[in-house]
Amino acid sequence: MHTRRLEWIIERALFVCAALSVLTTAGIILVLAVETFEFLREVPVAEFLTGTEWTPLFATPRFGVLPLVAGTLLVSAIAMVVALPMGLLSAIYLSEYAPDGVRRIVKPVLEVLAGVPTVVYGYFALMFVTPLLQRVFPQMSGFNALSPGIVMGIMILPLVSSLSEDAMRAVPRGLREGAYALGATRMQTALQIVVPAAFSGITAAFILAVSRAVGETMIVAIAAGQQPRLTANPFVPLETMTAYIVQVSLGDTPQGTLEYRTIFAVGMLLFLMTFGLNLVSTWLRERFREVYS
Amino acid sequence: MSVATPSVRSLSGLVARPGTASTAVSAPVKIDVDRMNFYYGAKRALDGISIQIRANLVTAFIGPSGCGKSTFLRSLNRMNDIIPGTRVEGTVLIDGQDIYTPGVDVVELRRRVGMVFQKSNPFPKSIFENVAYGLRINNMARSKAELNDRVEESLRQAAIFDEVKDRLHESALALSGGQQQRLCIARALAIRPEILLMDEPASALDPIATQRIEELIYDLKKTYTIVIVTHNMQQAARVSDHTAFFWLGRLVEYDRTDRIFTAPAEKLTEDYVTGRCG
Repeated sequence: MHTRRLEWIIERALFVCAALSVLTTAGIILVLAVETFEFLREVPVAEFLTGTEWTPLFATPRFGVLPLVAGTLLVSAIAMVVALPMGLLSAIYLSEYAPDGVRRIVKPVLEVLAGVPTVVYGYFALMFVTPLLQRVFPQMSGFNALSPGIVMGIMILPLVSSLSEDAMRAVPRGLREGAYALGATRMQTALQIVVPAAFSGITAAFILAVSRAVGETMIVAIAAGQQPRLTANPFVPLETMTAYIVQVSLGDTPQGTLEYRTIFAVGMLLFLMTFGLNLVSTWLRERFREVYS
Repeated sequence: MSVATPSVRSLSGLVARPGTASTAVSAPVKIDVDRMNFYYGAKRALDGISIQIRANLVTAFIGPSGCGKSTFLRSLNRMNDIIPGTRVEGTVLIDGQDIYTPGVDVVELRRRVGMVFQKSNPFPKSIFENVAYGLRINNMARSKAELNDRVEESLRQAAIFDEVKDRLHESALALSGGQQQRLCIARALAIRPEILLMDEPASALDPIATQRIEELIYDLKKTYTIVIVTHNMQQAARVSDHTAFFWLGRLVEYDRTDRIFTAPAEKLTEDYVTGRCG
């Protein structure tokens, strides 16, 4: 009797723990949704989503989120230009070329990159990469999109290479042997057989990395600047969605004001973007698993 | 159980017995292996294999699981090279040329010695592209028309063309198991190898698909030298001209198939083919 009651208590306790994390997530989404709704009662959706000026803290505020979205996309795009080829190539090396001993050392070392605090990356971008780049591009300002973009690419590199390598190693050995038996070289086998066969898994890795880049905060808050600007120029200061949220959160914006609610509206948009990317990534990986398990 | 030495008597049955002038004996030697040892790391998986495989015949390797027959087959196109820590001693001559001497172009070797695997392994590409792949990477088709012709010819040789001719550009993964295996045979034939190695090509197939593969093997030996590993002794008896029996990494007996199954020289062979061991 006694043990059965204990069992009951343990079971409930575990359920509460599990429910808590689900409820927290639901609560966050609820708060985001409510505050966004309040915000959108004062600012029309069309103006928010299509406006090209973002000056909510000015005397004559404008609430066009596009400059923040563009800033986010520009920095993320630069990050992907760095992380995509390097990540894919290192995955090909690790999966198809590296001897076991090398892989056992290189892979954990690469994954250590993922353990570096992002604030360190941020200052690395601001204090080291930016001055370095300014020697090549003298017109570049101290805050810009290029430097944090490159550093963010380095940050998400392990994610891309590790997940891509997993996808490539999941390709059955029989496929490689089939190619070798036809006289394919290692490079042909890797690029023409293994990579296409692992395509959905690799794409899933890329999308997950994009999602990380879009949501990354610290690096851009430190090194990209705080000037919402609709531009594709990587040399000038700009502001991303995440950096804007940091800026307002750190300031003395009174609670309940329209300015205060902007961070929830921007946060909601950011959430929808990363959530959508994660969904696509998961869907692709599931599909991949179906084909080769 | 004592293991026989590599069977000198049975080799002589093929090599040096002029009285039995069948096609089997007169066919030229295609693959000549002399005292070959094979190692996975420190473990010796093949021990002193000597065998002469003759052109345009079907040679079957039989023996229990783990006896080394697949390992030996895979050493004939150096497919074991991709497994780390493997090593070969002795000589393996194909048309008189040692394939393990330094400087041998493995890609060229594998082009001449094709392979079909136990588990069908079509590439996740279209049916057409599966067959065309070997032609493309080896630059064997000079024009689009030639490529199309070679693909069709290979699919016909593998007796699958009529089943797939209306969906050449659909995914190969949608084919049935038996069709996939014949597609893999077509893929191997497309680059016109001289030798075709088949590693239990029908073990995952139903009886009807198996019968089609066996008929195919019979047709193909006119053009190719075929070496087939099989677990199925009826299959070996049906399709092969010569049979080699492997046991614990050794070649116990190698002779004409009818002799292996009706009057083997070694007691071990007799026990195995009659199902008393293995």
